[in-house]
Amino acid sequence: MKNNIAVKVDDLTVAYNYKPVLWDIDLEIPEGVLMAIVGPNGAGKSTLIKSILGILKPIAGSVSIYGKSYEKQRALVAYVPQKGSVDWDFPTTALDVVMMGTYGSLGWIKRPGQKEKKMALEALEKVGMLSFKNRQISQLSGGQQQRIFLARALVQDASIYFMDEPFQGVDATTEIAIINILKELRKANKTVIVVHHDLQTVPEYFDWVTFLNVKKIATGPVKDIFNDDNLTKTYGINYKVSIQE
Amino acid sequence: MSSAQIEIQLIASLVAIACAIPGTFLVLRKMAMISDAISHSILPGIVIGFFITQDLNSPLLILLAALTGIITVILVEYIQKTGLVKEDTAIGLVFPILFSIGVILIAKNANDIHLDVDAVLLGELAFAPFDRLLIAGVDVGPKSLWIIGSILLITIGLLLAFFKEVKVSTFDAGLAASLGFSPAVIHYGLMTVSSVTTVGAFDAVGAILVVALMIAPAATAYLLTTNLKRMLVYAICFGVFSAISGYWLAHFLDASIAGSITTMLGVIFLMVYLFAPSKGVIAVLYRERQQRTEVSLLTFLLHLRNHNEEEERHVNHLNEHINWQKVRSKTVLELALKNNMILIDNNIVSLTKKGKDFTSQAIDYIITNEDSKIEHMKDDFFLFRG
Repeated sequence: MKNNIAVKVDDLTVAYNYKPVLWDIDLEIPEGVLMAIVGPNGAGKSTLIKSILGILKPIAGSVSIYGKSYEKQRALVAYVPQKGSVDWDFPTTALDVVMMGTYGSLGWIKRPGQKEKKMALEALEKVGMLSFKNRQISQLSGGQQQRIFLARALVQDASIYFMDEPFQGVDATTEIAIINILKELRKANKTVIVVHHDLQTVPEYFDWVTFLNVKKIATGPVKDIFNDDNLTKTYGINYKVSIQE
Repeated sequence: MSSAQIEIQLIASLVAIACAIPGTFLVLRKMAMISDAISHSILPGIVIGFFITQDLNSPLLILLAALTGIITVILVEYIQKTGLVKEDTAIGLVFPILFSIGVILIAKNANDIHLDVDAVLLGELAFAPFDRLLIAGVDVGPKSLWIIGSILLITIGLLLAFFKEVKVSTFDAGLAASLGFSPAVIHYGLMTVSSVTTVGAFDAVGAILVVALMIAPAATAYLLTTNLKRMLVYAICFGVFSAISGYWLAHFLDASIAGSITTMLGVIFLMVYLFAPSKGVIAVLYRERQQRTEVSLLTFLLHLRNHNEEEERHVNHLNEHINWQKVRSKTVLELALKNNMILIDNNIVSLTKKGKDFTSQAIDYIITNEDSKIEHMKDDFFLFRG
């Protein structure tokens, strides 16, 4: 079933100011998994995503999306950055932010029209934010802002979704709403890759996991590799988790 | 009005529009200070360009000077990337050095160059109409007007073509990069437009006013709207209004035009800062006061709902029971009465049906943050406006 490789990373090394933050990463992500990337602060989780998406330039190694370079496969990929990476006082509305998801398929110069607006409204409805479409984005709660970001990725109708800490600073209701949408994406055979912090919820939310701490520690199905051994290797202290059956 | 007066106002207005457009994005990108850096460090570019072309209005000179602007941005980013100093420090290091190179070049060649430091800092709009553009011997207007007009046309063209790209890379550079709109290309595009505009406006209004015209109208517009397109339009309007009113202020005071325009920009910003409907200082103070009273009202209504005993609901006992010191209980009583939320019978206060409904809806909202049921309450109460 999981034969197709959606994302392949070979010998990836990324450095800031000549200090490696990711060291020789090899990674294969099969199509249709819902994968968590876990690791301590500074492990390079966000850096890994950004390097795959061409936002950061690696000093060595290569990345392929379904066998081709990211530049050729852009249309297949959607990205949800960390909520804190943007200025929420920017003068714009929820609907407009979601519309930005359509810019990639429009390309340079061409402007969004009625079709793009309709797509954005549908995405807003999927995340339960339709009634807030004209709200200025600073007037939204943290959870609502995260849903807007999710809607913006949904509007791209991609095959692979990269999300950088989508559960950060959201309430329980939003967390459940988001995870339900992610599970729906997986059901539609999309690949979803999430930088995740809450180790407790990994077995419940995800079916695939990558342990990362500058180097790749392990990657594979949650039921096989999410264990004390790998957690200890990743976080450097003795971990005891009880995986719910 | 003489034709020279009209020409001066027209030049000032075009400069204002040409500055407001890149200025809006500089303000949103928190890069206001970079325009200060550019406006000063283009001086050596202008001087060197003048040595080569012997013409202050030559397009080559404008390009050379704009190039110095770009070099400034690159130098600032390079110094910042070393991680040894922060961005503002890097800006403070780069532009005075470049500016002083320009000052030394002017001083060393004072005899050959029709340029002095005063004119560079403040410009001389009043002289702009004297330098005419002649095409085949026919006078077609002041050179400054043609220069800034051409720059403005290019800026508007770029804005219309790349509005979406500039917007997305300003709001979310990460998304822009992942969608294939290189934030670096857009960043340097914006820096180029800012530099060219600065050089074009420099001769007419000087280094200091260029900064003011880029930043002040955009900062003022930012206080008034939550829509990017409107912010651009407002910034342009404030710029043009300051340009024209500043000209007349200078006319009546017999003072510097550049100085008067800058003064008008400051006055307009101050007015909006104080009186803007939702972000203005006065509106914020009023809203905070109202919210405080409304929270007290709600506390009071909740108290009434939770207590049936008469002694808890006696007007004179309100102070003790709810322990209000900051807000006068009278204000709250009056507000509740005005809204028909309570009845006072024989000095005993009780809730009306409206009061009861209001209390439970408000509590629901505060607990769940679901605001579909309280939409109708938003107009009357600040508390529910998020």
